Amino acid sequence: MSLQENTAREVAVKFENITKTFGSVVANNNVSFDVYKGEILSLLGENGCGKTTLMNMLSGIYFPDKGNIYVYGQPVVIQSPKDAFAYKIGMVHQHFKLVEVFTALQNIALILEKGQKYDLKKIREGVNQICSKYGFNIDLDKKVYNMSVSEKQTLEIVKVLYRGTDILVLDEPTAVLTPQETKKLFAVIKNMREDGKSIIIITHKLNEVMEISDRVTILRKGEYIGTVLTTETNEKELTEMMVGKKVELKIDRPKTEFDRPILEIRDLLVKADDGSVAINGTSFYIRSGEILGVAGITGCGQKELCEAIAGIRDIEKGLITHDGESLIGLSPKEIIKKGVSMSFIPEDRLGMGLVPSMSITDNMMLKTYADGKGIFVDRKNARERAVALVKKLSIVTPSTETPVRRLSGGNVQKVLVGREIESNPNVIVTAYPVRGLDINSSYAIYDILNEQKKKGTGILFIGEDLDVMLALCDKIMVLCHGRNMGIVHASKTTKEELGLMMTGSLDLSEAKNKEYGKAKDSRLTDEQWLELEQKENSEEKGENDNG
Amino acid sequence: MANKIVNEPLFHIAKRGNLPLWKAILIRGGAIVGAILFSAILCGIVFGKNPIKIIGYLFDGILGTERRIWLLIRDTALLLGVGLALVPAFKMKFWNLGGNGQILMGALIAVAIMRSNIGKNNVLVANILMLIGSMAIGAIWAAIPAIFKAFFKTNESLFTLMMNYIASGIVAYFLSVWSVNGTGVLGQVKTGHLPVVLNAHLLTIIVVAVLTAIMHVYMKHCKQGYELSVVGESENTAKYIGVNVKKVIIRTLAISGAICGIIGLLLAGSIDHSINEQTANNMGFTAIMVAWLAKFNPLMMILSSLLIAFLTRGMGQVQTECNIANDAVANLVVGIVYFIIIGCEFFISYQLKFKKGKNSKESSNKSKQKTVKERD
Repeated sequence: MSLQENTAREVAVKFENITKTFGSVVANNNVSFDVYKGEILSLLGENGCGKTTLMNMLSGIYFPDKGNIYVYGQPVVIQSPKDAFAYKIGMVHQHFKLVEVFTALQNIALILEKGQKYDLKKIREGVNQICSKYGFNIDLDKKVYNMSVSEKQTLEIVKVLYRGTDILVLDEPTAVLTPQETKKLFAVIKNMREDGKSIIIITHKLNEVMEISDRVTILRKGEYIGTVLTTETNEKELTEMMVGKKVELKIDRPKTEFDRPILEIRDLLVKADDGSVAINGTSFYIRSGEILGVAGITGCGQKELCEAIAGIRDIEKGLITHDGESLIGLSPKEIIKKGVSMSFIPEDRLGMGLVPSMSITDNMMLKTYADGKGIFVDRKNARERAVALVKKLSIVTPSTETPVRRLSGGNVQKVLVGREIESNPNVIVTAYPVRGLDINSSYAIYDILNEQKKKGTGILFIGEDLDVMLALCDKIMVLCHGRNMGIVHASKTTKEELGLMMTGSLDLSEAKNKEYGKAKDSRLTDEQWLELEQKENSEEKGENDNG
Repeated sequence: MANKIVNEPLFHIAKRGNLPLWKAILIRGGAIVGAILFSAILCGIVFGKNPIKIIGYLFDGILGTERRIWLLIRDTALLLGVGLALVPAFKMKFWNLGGNGQILMGALIAVAIMRSNIGKNNVLVANILMLIGSMAIGAIWAAIPAIFKAFFKTNESLFTLMMNYIASGIVAYFLSVWSVNGTGVLGQVKTGHLPVVLNAHLLTIIVVAVLTAIMHVYMKHCKQGYELSVVGESENTAKYIGVNVKKVIIRTLAISGAICGIIGLLLAGSIDHSINEQTANNMGFTAIMVAWLAKFNPLMMILSSLLIAFLTRGMGQVQTECNIANDAVANLVVGIVYFIIIGCEFFISYQLKFKKGKNSKESSNKSKQKTVKERD
C-alpha cells in the first residue's frame, strides 16, 4: 500500500491509543489513526463498533478514558463541544439540533458568543460568502419547520462552517437524503476538501464510501482494523475488514408464484396527528408471496399508512380489505387475529412493537398475553417461545429474561421481526426493519423476509435504502406527500427514477387512469367494492347523524 | 516548542458495568450506616450531647420496649401499604401525588359510619360498610384525575395534588360539624371499631402483609399488571396490541386509590378511632420514597419502608430525649439521611475515573490548570 506518499501531508487530527468504556462495554479500544488536512476520510464499521463514540470524543460529548487526541500536532483536551469549537472541530449529528420556529439565519446567529453583537446583516454576508464558496444552496429567511430534511442538513453544515471549522465530522449524512440530494451534498463536500478542510464521514453505505472518500478507516468491535486508500480497495475487501470474515454481498429475490391480492387498499385518506393529510387518496395492493417496497423521503406518510393498516389510526375515507373482507372499523386486536402483522421501527428503534424495559419473554407475549382464560399471564409458554426464538435466530443475549433495551440494535430487531413471523401472519407490514443495522444483521432480516415470502406471505416493506429495495422487493411504490407517485417493477427501474418520484418531479400515476393501483384480479368484483363503499359511507353518515 | 495551557479534567464520570450484588448491598448498607453516624454527630453538636448516646436514643426509640417494636412494625406496615397503592400507578407512569387525599377520604367515610347508628348498633355490618365505603371513596378520589388524564390529557401530578387540598377541606368541614364544642377537634369515636387482633397493631400488619402478597402477584403474574406496565412504557405499543389505554388508566388508579382508602380505614377504624386533617401524616408523599427506593418491587419495599419508619420513629425518640419541642431538627436529620441514601444510588450506576498520567498527582494537588509539554 502506498501510504508513504501521504506521509508528507499535514496531519489534522491524530488519535492516539484512545480507549473508552461504558460499564463493561468497551466502545473503543486503543484506537490510533491520523486524519490528513484536505482529505475526506470515511469511518466505516458495523453497528456498535464505536464510530460515533470516537467522533463524540473528538467533538467533546464524551471524554476518553485513556489516550490522547492531537489537533495539528498539539495535544488537546476536549471536554465540551465548546472546547471542540475552539479547535475548529465541528460535528453534524444524525439528529439535527435546530430551533424549529427560527429562520435559517436566526439559527446560525445562535452560535454567537457572549459579547458578540447580534448583527444579522453581518452574519448574512458571512453566510452568503460561505455558500457561494462551496456551492451551498440555502434560503436564509426560511423557517426551519418549513424545511425539508436535506435543507436542514445543509443549514447544520453551514452553521458549523460559519463558526469556523477546519475539521468537519458528518454522522451518517446520507441516511435521510434522496439520491439527487446525496449527489449535491457530495459535490459540496468535495469543494470543502479543495479548500483544505478535513472531513470525516461516518457511514454504512459502501457505494458512497467508494464514491466520496480518499481513504477509509475501518473499526470492528471497538478496535482499529486499518486504513486503506479508496483507489486501492473495493467493496468486497472493505466488507471483509468490517465483518472480519468473507460475506456474500447479494440480496436474494426468490421467484414465487404470486397469488391474488391479499391486502387491497383503495382511495385511502388518512390524517396525521396535526390534522394535515398524511395519505392522500392512495390505492395499491399486495399479493400473497410478493414484497412490495414503499419508498419516500421521511414524513411522506409511511408511519400513518402503517398505523391505518394496523387499525391504530382512524381512516377518513377509503377502503382496506384483507382477503376480500373489510378491515375498517375492526380493532387492532381483530386485525392481528386476521393475520396482519405490523412492525414499525422508529428512529429510536424501540418505539412500537417492543417494550424496552421488559424482558424478551415478556415481549414475546405482547400480542398473545390476553389469550387463554383466567387472570394470570402464561409466562411459561412465552419463555419457551423466547428460548426457541433466541436459538432459531441466534440472538445474542445473556438470557431470555434480559430487558430488550440492553440488547444491541440487531438483536432487538431480530426479536421484533421473529415474534411477528412466529404468529404465522399472512400479511407483514414492516417499516425500517433494518434501520441502523450492520451488514450481517441486515442480511439475516432479509433472509427472514424472503423465507416468509416463499411461504406465500404478502409483505409491505417500507425502507430507506433504495439499493436494498431495488434488490429485495418485487415492486416498489413511491410516496410523495402521501400520494402514490407510481408503482414500478424493481427489476425495471433505476435509483434515479425513484429519486425523481420521491421528490415529486415524476408522477407515473397521473399519466395512467383513475384506476391506478387497483388490482384487475381483485378478490371482489366492482359491484362488491361499490357495495362496500356505500356501506362505509352510510355508516359514517349514521355516525354523523348520531353525533 | 511552545508550552500550552490545557484544561485537564480532574476526573470524569463513567458508567459502571453490572455491579455484583454484594457490592451494591455493601454500598447501600455503608451509605445507611454512614448517614446515621453523620447525623448522630451532627445532632451531638447541635444538642451538645455525646453522639454515641444519640445513637443509643435512636435505637432505644425503636427497640426500647415491646410497644415501641410494635409501633415500628405498624408504621412500617402503614407506609408500605401506601407504597403498594402507588406501585401500579407509578409503574404506569401516572404520578399519583394524591395519596394523602385518598387516605383522608377513606378515613372520613370510616369515621362517619363509626359515628352513625349502624356503628352503634351492629359493629359487623358497620365494619363491612366501612371497608366498602373507604375503598370506594379512595377509588373515586383517584379515578377523577385518571378520567381527566385519559380523556383530556390533563396533568395528573397537579390534579392529584389539588385533590389532597379538597379532601382536607372536606375533612375540616365535617370536623367542625361533628365537634360539639366548636373546637374542630373530634375526640375518640367509641363505636364501630374494627376488630382487635391480639393488640391494636396486629390487624394493620396482617392486612398490609396480605396486600403485599396480592400486589406482588398482581404486578408480576396478572394480565392487568402486564397491561399497565406496557401502557407505562409506550402508549402506542399498548394501543397496537389492543389494550384499551383509557380503561387501563382509570382502572389502575381506582385500584391505587382503593388501597389508600384501606389505609385510611385502618387509621380511623383500628388505630386512631378519630380523624383530623393530619391523619394521613403525609404518608402519600413519604411512600413515594418507599416505592422509588425499592424500584417498585413490592417485596423490596418491605425493606425501604422499614428503613424510613425506623428513621422517623428513632429520631422522634432522640428529640424527646434531648427535650426538643419542635420537629425541625429531626426532619432535617431524616432529610440528610435520605439525601445520602439517594446519593449513593449514583455511585451504584456510575463511577468517577480520576485522570491517570505522569502529572496527575501534581494536577490534582495544585490546580486544574496544568502545563502540558508538547510532544513531537
